[in-house]
Amino acid sequence: MELTGAEIFVRCLAEQGVEHLFGYPGGAVLPIYDALYQQDKVQHVLVRHEQAATHAADGYARSTGKPGVVLVTSGPGATNAVTGIATAYMDSIPLVVFTGQVPTALIGNDAFQEVDSVGITRPCVKHNFLVKDVRDLATTIKKAFYIATTGRPGPVVVDIPKDVSAAKAEFHYPKRVTMRSYNPVTKGHPRQIRKAVDLMLTAKRPMLYTGGGVILSNASSQLVQLTRLLGFPITNTLMGLGGYPATDRQCLGMLGMHGTYEANMGMHNCDVLIAIGARFDDRVTGNIEKFCPTAQIIHIDIDPASISKNVKVDVPIVGPVDQVLKEMLAVIKEIKGKPDAAALQVWWKQIEEWRAMDCLKFDRDSELIKPQAVLESLYKITRGNAYVTSDVGQHQMWAAQFYKFDKPNRWINSGGLGTMGFGLPAAMGVQFAHPKETVACVTGEGSIQMCIQELSTCLQYKLPLKVINLNNRYLGMVRQWQQFFYDGRYAMSYMESLPDFVKLAESYGHVGMQITRPEDVEPALKEAFKMKDRLVFMDFITDQSENVYPMIPAGAGQNEMILV
Amino acid sequence: MENEAGALSRVAGLFSARGYNIESLTVAPTEDESLSRMTLVTTGTDEVVEQITKQLNKLIDVVKLMDMQEGPHIEREMMLIKTRAIGPAREEVKRLSDIFRGRIIDVTDKIYTIEVTGTSAKLNAFVEAMAETDIIEVVRSGVMGIARGEKSLRV
Ligand SMILES: Cc1ncc(C[n+]2csc(CCOP(=O)(O)OP(=O)(O)O)c2C)c(N)n1
Repeated sequence: MELTGAEIFVRCLAEQGVEHLFGYPGGAVLPIYDALYQQDKVQHVLVRHEQAATHAADGYARSTGKPGVVLVTSGPGATNAVTGIATAYMDSIPLVVFTGQVPTALIGNDAFQEVDSVGITRPCVKHNFLVKDVRDLATTIKKAFYIATTGRPGPVVVDIPKDVSAAKAEFHYPKRVTMRSYNPVTKGHPRQIRKAVDLMLTAKRPMLYTGGGVILSNASSQLVQLTRLLGFPITNTLMGLGGYPATDRQCLGMLGMHGTYEANMGMHNCDVLIAIGARFDDRVTGNIEKFCPTAQIIHIDIDPASISKNVKVDVPIVGPVDQVLKEMLAVIKEIKGKPDAAALQVWWKQIEEWRAMDCLKFDRDSELIKPQAVLESLYKITRGNAYVTSDVGQHQMWAAQFYKFDKPNRWINSGGLGTMGFGLPAAMGVQFAHPKETVACVTGEGSIQMCIQELSTCLQYKLPLKVINLNNRYLGMVRQWQQFFYDGRYAMSYMESLPDFVKLAESYGHVGMQITRPEDVEPALKEAFKMKDRLVFMDFITDQSENVYPMIPAGAGQNEMILV
Repeated sequence: MENEAGALSRVAGLFSARGYNIESLTVAPTEDESLSRMTLVTTGTDEVVEQITKQLNKLIDVVKLMDMQEGPHIEREMMLIKTRAIGPAREEVKRLSDIFRGRIIDVTDKIYTIEVTGTSAKLNAFVEAMAETDIIEVVRSGVMGIARGEKSLRV
């Protein structure tokens, strides 16, 4: 039997096992919305802005490992989605984004709500498609999911003209697709793995530096096994938090610009660096000229283009992290390999000295609420079990430093693009994926206002999020840089005319709280987290002058941190 | 590359987004009409060229890639050059064209249009040799390359 393109679309999503579709309707996707209306397999979630649809799908993907799926209309619908697509692209998150397009006959005519969606999104997608014939639709959708979720994941855009969703064709959803030009590696090279193991076992001052690739390839358990077996120190990037339990003694916390002193000093002084699913981002390396001056470097990554891109490596291994780590463990077992215990003991002694500097200390007797204290309490009250999304700024760094993630997929933030506005919609996606779990969004009064309209979506779908607004009346991270590097000329970093967030939350039908005294922080959090079925917006009025420490200033090496 | 709409712009976009040079680029369909073949000339350090190779391989539309510099190969470029040919210049242009094994493919009483094929260096040399004459227009195809001997770029 023949189906319309719109019906084919819906059937494809159902066959693909898609449960949630985040979107917003419009002219070019009316046929698809009509088909969605007549089925109940795929739940459509109506957001209030297309950017939020992509972030929600992104949060869904980051917290489940499954692809997030989005549907928006042509023109402004597609352009509004671009920020979210770029956000997912920078962090290698699997999304499939469907954009409506004007009818094929009108393409190129400057038709109403026409933009070249394929052209606009090209630099920020893994791949994209324009479907010109309804007979290609099902295969294209299959390819989109295949590309988005395999190899180094990423967003894929499928642009569907209105006449294609209205036209009819036989429906057949292929079980699998193969593409001659796309064959992601599935295993690491055995000789390289052996070489890496040999190097690791001779290391005197080894360091494991692990990133988002560990989470994306679900390699946490292998990483834990390997790290424990070797007894090496380990540090996580902002994207890799939770890949290894933060409360474990071997974990030195996050590295990089606002990482811990012990992690950065460990990096700088190591003799063998084992980079796993991490990409030597500039926020991690500091000045590349001064990076790991004495280290031989092993790099495991699924993407050959990540290897030796910023830093030349000695032993590259291209392959999925989980697989490569499994193979490494097998090799170590086979050769009965043992690390250099005596050298490690000396190394750990040095590391403990760095750790004893207590680089994350802050004033605990302040009369003002310290943002760090809020995060410590949040950690305590949620027993480290919450899914935590964040926006971008100082609050993001404090969340990364003070919330100790012991499990992967729980820390959800825009690391690569640094997109303000990400936190709240991402939290919605997480809550849809995990309806029974506790989801907190750590944000600032600047960031939250970039997607505040989603409080309305939260009411519609009864999402009991907990919004932790660290309100310092400043675009804090901007203010911090102006204080350090622009002689305190605070150009446009002060937030005037803020709304009354309590009333705002209430007007959206939620619970609002304002907390102004340090002693109220913990009781208020307790009270809020007891409200299991309500969204609670907590407006913490924090110390305005607080800065994120420690810090590697621009141009400095990892051993040149500014401490408090 | 896949002979698909948009494949070329993905390559061009990659080069501009990452700040790589394109010195010349030619692309046309092959005997297998699902494929088109592109020859791209670029410059950079070994590291940059390695990155370019990896980034190109990452593009879904790129089926197979070969760095011609890695082995013996042949490069050819074609040039059409239109020049004024009056008075004594008429004989001189013809003589130069013969030396460079060019062919005069269009003639009027004032104009010669010459076709020359060869390496880019040879075409540059020809343009230089013609410097004294009144060149009106130069069109170059960009470089095409193919490996010598058994080695080939096939899918
Ligand atoms: C969309 C977007 N615009 C601008 C920036 C630049 N930026 C980075 S942090 C920041 C300040 C964020 O302020 P706030 O959300 O209040 O958080 P705080 O730093 O005060 O914790 C700005 C403007 C950005 N990251 N994203």
